[in-house]
Amino acid sequence: MKRMTLTLGAILLVSAAAHAQVTVSDAWVRGTVPQQKATGAFMHIAAEQDVRLIAGASPVAGVVEIHEMAMEGNVMKMRELKGGLPIAKGATAELKPGGYHVMLMDLKQALKGGEAVPVTLTFEDAASKKTFTRELMAPVKALGAATSAPHSGQHKH
Amino acid sequence: MPPVIAHHLPRRAALARLGGIVLAALGGASLVACDKFAQATGQRAGFRGIDITGADYGRDFRLTDVDGRERTLADYRGKLVLLYFGFVQCPDVCPTALARAAEVKRLLGPDGDKLQVIFVTVDPDRDTPEMLRQYMAAFDPSFVALRGDTERLKATAAEFKVYYKQVPTGSSYTMDHTALSYVFDTQGRLRLVLRHEQTAQDYAHDLALLLRQPATARPA
Repeated sequence: MKRMTLTLGAILLVSAAAHAQVTVSDAWVRGTVPQQKATGAFMHIAAEQDVRLIAGASPVAGVVEIHEMAMEGNVMKMRELKGGLPIAKGATAELKPGGYHVMLMDLKQALKGGEAVPVTLTFEDAASKKTFTRELMAPVKALGAATSAPHSGQHKH
Repeated sequence: MPPVIAHHLPRRAALARLGGIVLAALGGASLVACDKFAQATGQRAGFRGIDITGADYGRDFRLTDVDGRERTLADYRGKLVLLYFGFVQCPDVCPTALARAAEVKRLLGPDGDKLQVIFVTVDPDRDTPEMLRQYMAAFDPSFVALRGDTERLKATAAEFKVYYKQVPTGSSYTMDHTALSYVFDTQGRLRLVLRHEQTAQDYAHDLALLLRQPATARPA
């Protein structure tokens, strides 16, 4: 496990050096049961330039979209962010339960805890309009595993 | 701090400390008294969720479990029931709600066995019994998943004032849905609504409070 973490860290470092504009960290994917066709990937994305996360891809999913979850009253609504997710220079976007996620759909296999899923993210540089990609391996957290609770602000520890 | 040092404390500080202890003790006593009073009068103080005791909706359901058995609320009499509407292809709120429910059960300790978590799918077209069985087992094998055909689901959602709607996305669709948890007491009466934003601690607090109320307490 430790070795895997180190390797992952090394991959992220290498990719960060190759494209300094964004750094992705703490990525994870929620596990699924067989026949389940959709799940979410969560992560932190730190931007050194104004960028926009515009697309994603993964060999385990037929369709990948950038989504926002929002509670309206007590109704959960989930929508694709049509224009992508803008991240300002110096800011870190938190893709986490209760907010944004990378939606993996048309899953080709069940995702089990302990595995890792390759994900490619496509960004657009706000100034030059050039696109670039970032590749990462997102570890799968078992479906039933506790993940961050909504609004856990006063219940850290 | 060795106890002997306390003798050297200035008298005022010692008195202040004693005062603090007395106040704390009084506070504790009055909390107990409030609780007793609440029990005696049937008043329901201190819930962190929304108290809807006496509501004229959410009275019952008639749905099918993953083994094909028809289930109604009466099947769970004697247990607290935490009822949640959701769907399996849900990346965020539903697994968060179920993971929280599993945590709530743990937080209740020995009383965890008195809690029955029920997940009603708002997406019966895609959520097959086998998928629901495995999905529940991932969180807690004791959790029950129920489904109904389109008409049954519609009737159940109406009974609980639950909103759900298919929304196309990608090559498929997602579901907008009410993300509240409904709590029935051990007598099968709908008592509380808990919100998605609340923590496992909030949920466990209210469920423990419900368990402490005598079974004969009548809603005011």
